[in-house]
Amino acid sequence: MQNERLQLNRNLAQMLKGGVIMDVTTPEQARIAEEAGACAVMALERIPADIRAVGGVARMSDPKMIKEIQAAVSIPVMAKCRIGHFVEASVLQAIEIDYVDESEVLTPADDRHIDKTAFDVPFVCGARNLGEALRRINEGASMIRTKGEPGTGDVVQAVRHMRCIQEEIAALVSVRPEQLDEAAENMRVPRSLVEWVHEHGRLPVVNFAAGGVATPADAALMMQLGAEGVFVGSGIFKSGNPQKRAAAIVQAVTNYRDAALIASLSEDLGEAMVGINENEIALLMEKRGD
Amino acid sequence: MRIGVLALQGAFIEHIQMLTSLGAECVEVRSIADLNGLDGLVLPGGESTAQGKLLRATGLWAPLREGILAGLPVFGTCAGLILLSATIANDDRRHLATMDIETERNAYGRQLGSFFTYADFAGERIPMSFIRAPYIRRVGQGVEVLSVVDGRIVAARQCNMLVTAFHPEITDSTAVHRYFLDMVKANKA
Repeated sequence: MQNERLQLNRNLAQMLKGGVIMDVTTPEQARIAEEAGACAVMALERIPADIRAVGGVARMSDPKMIKEIQAAVSIPVMAKCRIGHFVEASVLQAIEIDYVDESEVLTPADDRHIDKTAFDVPFVCGARNLGEALRRINEGASMIRTKGEPGTGDVVQAVRHMRCIQEEIAALVSVRPEQLDEAAENMRVPRSLVEWVHEHGRLPVVNFAAGGVATPADAALMMQLGAEGVFVGSGIFKSGNPQKRAAAIVQAVTNYRDAALIASLSEDLGEAMVGINENEIALLMEKRGD
Repeated sequence: MRIGVLALQGAFIEHIQMLTSLGAECVEVRSIADLNGLDGLVLPGGESTAQGKLLRATGLWAPLREGILAGLPVFGTCAGLILLSATIANDDRRHLATMDIETERNAYGRQLGSFFTYADFAGERIPMSFIRAPYIRRVGQGVEVLSVVDGRIVAARQCNMLVTAFHPEITDSTAVHRYFLDMVKANKA
């Protein structure tokens, strides 16, 4: 990937900031998401909660279904490929997806991640800590999101991952220059990347929250913890009133410090997704890929 | 100079950083209370559908539109250009619709159609990043074309309204922001 293309791909993520990216499984859901104010949609056959319920191997979605969603909305459309599955990624590039999510929600296809510098299409990847985020960026990811624990409606892991990334950035800013080599070695990334974070005090790409966000307050919590935007997976279309909940989450992300507004947005939203606690689940998706 | 930057969704921080570096005082606009005492307004890039929806939900739509119609200098980039367009060729939605231009959304296709180039803006050669960008298909009377790339209009001005299809806020050129601040200054004088 040329430098220019990488920059344009990072730029698209900048345009998504302050927004909500919603998982959708049909063109109808995609239209509901767009009308509610989503800044992008993630097209997939099954939302994470159902991937959990069904079990088995989860793969890239049917390209036909993704194309139907692309035709239904004017906002960017993202889709997931398996970790390490560079052919699934190239298929998604061939149908001109706007962003590929190399995602732990699907069953990993390799122990190593895709060399994303070989693609023109942008990639977003999950991370639990700064080292993981920088390894993905070094591989060519142009956007990062927390892994969280997808499909649970339990936000605790997303909170941990966001806090961890922020705290590790703060720690890296305050190390002495002669310690940067060691930091780079520990995180298994080039020194130049570590230096950049040390100087700027942030990731060189946009960082969203993902995994377990189910309510307007969850979304605002992630924004207050430093997320630049929010992915909502199962939380919307597994709930009682998707339209209303989607619009409420969009507004909560914009006005994430306005508690009075979030209170009114949280009224009468109907059933939230049922949710599973992190200690009740057998499969920890966040452990996939490092 | 006090410039409001619409902060509902999108790349508003980038505009604030650039305007601040040029000596302007910036305010994030999220609610009606943020509109007091503004000398100018920036509508940043992002998704126009999301921003349009939030403009209405926050009650900002009417006061912003009135302000612009009353002469408040405004600068829209990409999605901001779409918000200001009187007509959108491939979308039924209308937003602020104060500027006599017809726009085509996502006119260069999806992200793989995004591109970077150098071209003239009001006589100055500057870097331009087009991200899932629109362009202007038609301009009405009294609209001055400020930039053309590959035969397509990508920057224009009508009285107090300035629009670019590209994103000067994410490049290292301050030319467009300086141009806008000059508009604000002239309006104040």
